[in-house]
Amino acid sequence: MSLGTFLELRQELLLIAAALLVLIAEIFSDADKKRNTGLLSIILLGIVTIAGFFPAPSGQLFGGMYLTTNVRLLMKNILNIGALLVFIQSVTWLKKEEHCEKASEYFLLLISTLIGMDFMISAGHFIMFYIGLELATIPIAALAAFDRYKNKSAEAGIKLILSSSLSSGILLYGLSLIYGTTGSLYFSEISALFANNNIQILGFIFFFTGMAFKISIVPFHLWTADVYEGSPVNITSYLSVISKGAAIFTLIIILFTVFPVIIGTWQKTIYVTSVLTMTIGNLFAIRQQNLKRFLAFSSISQAGYILLGFMSGNQMGMAAVIYYVLIYIFSNLGAFGVVTAISNATGKENMDDYNGLYHTNPKLSLIMMLSLFSLAGIPPVAGFFGKFFLFTVAAQQGYYLLVLIAVLNTIIALYYYLLVVKAMFINKSETPVEYFRSDFPTRFALGICIAGIVVTGFASIIFEVIRNLSFVI
Amino acid sequence: MINLGYTIWIPLLPFLMFLLLGLAGHKLKHKLSGLLGTGGLAIITVLSYITAYKYFFTSEKIDGAYQKITAFNITWLQFTDKLHIDLGVLLDPISVMMLIVITTVSFMVHIYSLGYMKGEKGFERYFAFLSLFSFSMLGLVLATNIFQMYIFWELVGVSSYLLIGFYYQKPSAVSASKKAFIVTRFADLGFLIGILLLSFNTKTFDFITLTDPTGTAIAQGSGIVFMGLSVMTWSMIFVFMGGIGKSAMFPFHIWLPDAMEGPTPVSALIHAATMVVAGVYLIARMFPIYTFSAPVALEVVAYVGAFSSLFAAIIACTQTDIKRVLAYSTISQIGYMLLALGVSGYGGYEGLGYMASMFHLFAHAMFKALLFLGAGAIIHAVHSNYMTDMGGLRKYLPVTHMTFLIACLTIAGIPPLSGFFSKDEILAAALHSNKLLFAVEYAVAGLTAFYMFRIYFSIFWGKETQYHETPHEAPPTMTIPLIVLAIGSALSGLIPFNELVTSDGKAFESEIELLVAIPSVLIGLLGIGIAYVMYRKETTIPEKLAATFKYSYKWAYNKFYMDELYLFVTKKIIFKHISEPVAWFDRHIVDGTMNAIAYVTQSVSFRIRGLQSGQLQKYAYVFFTGAILLAILFIYLWK
Repeated sequence: MSLGTFLELRQELLLIAAALLVLIAEIFSDADKKRNTGLLSIILLGIVTIAGFFPAPSGQLFGGMYLTTNVRLLMKNILNIGALLVFIQSVTWLKKEEHCEKASEYFLLLISTLIGMDFMISAGHFIMFYIGLELATIPIAALAAFDRYKNKSAEAGIKLILSSSLSSGILLYGLSLIYGTTGSLYFSEISALFANNNIQILGFIFFFTGMAFKISIVPFHLWTADVYEGSPVNITSYLSVISKGAAIFTLIIILFTVFPVIIGTWQKTIYVTSVLTMTIGNLFAIRQQNLKRFLAFSSISQAGYILLGFMSGNQMGMAAVIYYVLIYIFSNLGAFGVVTAISNATGKENMDDYNGLYHTNPKLSLIMMLSLFSLAGIPPVAGFFGKFFLFTVAAQQGYYLLVLIAVLNTIIALYYYLLVVKAMFINKSETPVEYFRSDFPTRFALGICIAGIVVTGFASIIFEVIRNLSFVI
Repeated sequence: MINLGYTIWIPLLPFLMFLLLGLAGHKLKHKLSGLLGTGGLAIITVLSYITAYKYFFTSEKIDGAYQKITAFNITWLQFTDKLHIDLGVLLDPISVMMLIVITTVSFMVHIYSLGYMKGEKGFERYFAFLSLFSFSMLGLVLATNIFQMYIFWELVGVSSYLLIGFYYQKPSAVSASKKAFIVTRFADLGFLIGILLLSFNTKTFDFITLTDPTGTAIAQGSGIVFMGLSVMTWSMIFVFMGGIGKSAMFPFHIWLPDAMEGPTPVSALIHAATMVVAGVYLIARMFPIYTFSAPVALEVVAYVGAFSSLFAAIIACTQTDIKRVLAYSTISQIGYMLLALGVSGYGGYEGLGYMASMFHLFAHAMFKALLFLGAGAIIHAVHSNYMTDMGGLRKYLPVTHMTFLIACLTIAGIPPLSGFFSKDEILAAALHSNKLLFAVEYAVAGLTAFYMFRIYFSIFWGKETQYHETPHEAPPTMTIPLIVLAIGSALSGLIPFNELVTSDGKAFESEIELLVAIPSVLIGLLGIGIAYVMYRKETTIPEKLAATFKYSYKWAYNKFYMDELYLFVTKKIIFKHISEPVAWFDRHIVDGTMNAIAYVTQSVSFRIRGLQSGQLQKYAYVFFTGAILLAILFIYLWK
């Protein structure tokens, strides 16, 4: 391998090195020092994240099975940032007596999923893609069952692994149909050979349902609620933000590069599923009392909005999607961060428990409010600009009805996001959550989320950079 | 090309101060937060003076004309390749002049406020708002495009609203702040329509492209005619509507006198020297468009200015609240500036009115801020706004007395103070273009001298009032700004505006026209003389006069019943015949639809809960069904 190869594979190699280092540290440290691996993992991932921003060459490796371009690198960077935030948010929770033994396990598995996601994004061949996909999923199932003595957590792990094997089965079936009709699994060859016949469309749809499962697009979303509710909060936020973001990135790359021939078909597919996703996600979210479940369902409808950006099939849509995922990471992790902090301090997760929170914990309430405003798309926070660009992209292609449905759905979403804000600021409570001071990692992560929510919206340069990179997928 | 990129810090620094004082102000000591705000202003004042020096004396002129320099620019929102909203810093003679005006007055007001607001509750909030205002106002004058100007235009509106309502426990302050906001906001609707019309026709927001007299943008839209006027004229009239609102011209003047509910230094800064002249600045900024493609709109500007100046001057003669007199005087003086722009031509001596308007803006900012700050010192001493409670104050407040006198002489146009020069040039410009407007302004000059000396004599001479506690001179933090501004108002007449700030950027020759100067000084002296006779000593002449002209006096005293007229129109006509039916429609039809949607949403949401059963086999069933349905849909039904 030449140096150039190393540079092209830089992100993956660094992550693998980080995983190995964490493993070695785990083996060689004493039992009482194992909690330090958490700090080590954060530092290592921090280094990888920063390294990602140095320019790297574009190109392909392994005979075209691995591709890297600037926009793919950008996607990996965005995921790294999100993962880093989740790492930092996990520190407090992992300090608990029953978890601290397994801390390095936790980080090791998360880093493995990141490696999987990176390979998924950089895949140039369906086998490479599939390996990445599984590597990004299976460790998560283990993590969902992290609290293995809690029934719900164990149940979440089992449900995730079973339903994801189901979806993988269908996805592989689709891939085999594509292979059977085109004779290749290379992205570049398939896109040239694809001919829009029925078998191939069936293959595409089965592939799509497999990805839809990961993004939890309706009607392939049913696993989401149980898994999100049962898993530890940090895993839920990781699943709903990082895993989902990675799957969205991969899907948009594959749709744009492998299936441009059948753009008409996948636009229709996305049309139907995005309407279903937004609407059903909202209808479920509206009834949730548990905030974890609430955020989980709201993240389903968020995925529905993101699908609008796919409709264009051009770089504007790509840019809008990447931009929105970036904002979504900050906003959702902000909201999850508050939920985690309160859950860690008091164990409370219900909406009623948040009544009167503003009077006892004004700062947390403000952060929660900003995050929810950003998720709802209220100007001037970043979420507004994100939605604005997504809707613009769809409208430019003439999908006015779809945009109208999306706007109606944002109104419903606004209603339930405001329910939480109302609970915090207006509702009175006899027994509000007591005042508590979060520790440094939590405050640090929340600070970054808030800065991200504000800055990403106002600094137009961020969107400009994303747009300029999106030309070459 | 000189490097002026640092000018971006001139608006940014007050913004950072606003964030600091707004977010962390309550943790700081009062004194520290005041000093921080003032210190920030001091830095940008120095920066502004450096910029002005560099721009006027070292920048490269092309063909003898000052160039418009874009010192800083970023694209904020890019919609398409052509349509984008930028944020930046544009330097040209008028924006640099405004930098000097805003930073000087704002700095003086900051220092003054350290004394005036001492011990007030919300001291740091006050300074945070002042910083926000300075930021917005600077962003407004430095705007590179009309959309940026609009953004900051609204921001100054917000900061004005916040500062008028500073004493939010006082109901009158709250209603005044609402009134100011709503009236100007209503006018801004016109401004927005104007911006949209203008940019639709010219395809640009950018000021340099828009106002290039030889460019293509300026010639657009003149072909399309609507109701006898070209689209360009309509759009410029709409744009001017925003200016009418902000500058409190007739008929949107009603908010300004009430805005005096705010702290007095705020009145000096926002409602006398800077924000209210934004309308004048707006016309000056877009002047080439007005003069080349919308001359009718320019005539509207002239007549609105002239009428407002006469109207407000008459009301000012009858008011007894000194801040209100000053407020009406501000309206009257801004009317002068607009009139001067309205009668001006473009280029060389033709552009005398433009130069005079900017000159008067500059001089007015100095002397009017001085008058307000002086009034603040007086109010501070006697705890009343009404001149009926004052009299003989010259012994107690020597510094305030002298500076106030200088300001009164300046506004009355007595040579060699600055007001004389600027007013003389406005009158000369009016005389050359429109005799009627000249006559109006000439009368207003007399009225101005009269009402200013009416309050001067009533406050400092007149009857010997018995005070509960002996009034005492204000502390140095308040008197020093008075002295500085007094020097500014006295000497700014010496600045050669005809070489620096002209319509086309080129210097031209202008001299004092004795034909105009002598009569204008005479009428000023006449006004002062009448005021002397009536108010120097306690006499019964004012009452007798008021009794003789009972009805006209009552009309003027009640501000020509403009507020009542507005109330009648809004309450009896708009609310009753438009708003009530709309409200009914809203309550029953719109809300009804919304409630129905909410009901349907809730019940559907309730029905589909069965899907989420928690049973994995059901999930798998739904998954397969979904995949197969999609396949059937896209292979057989909708291919």
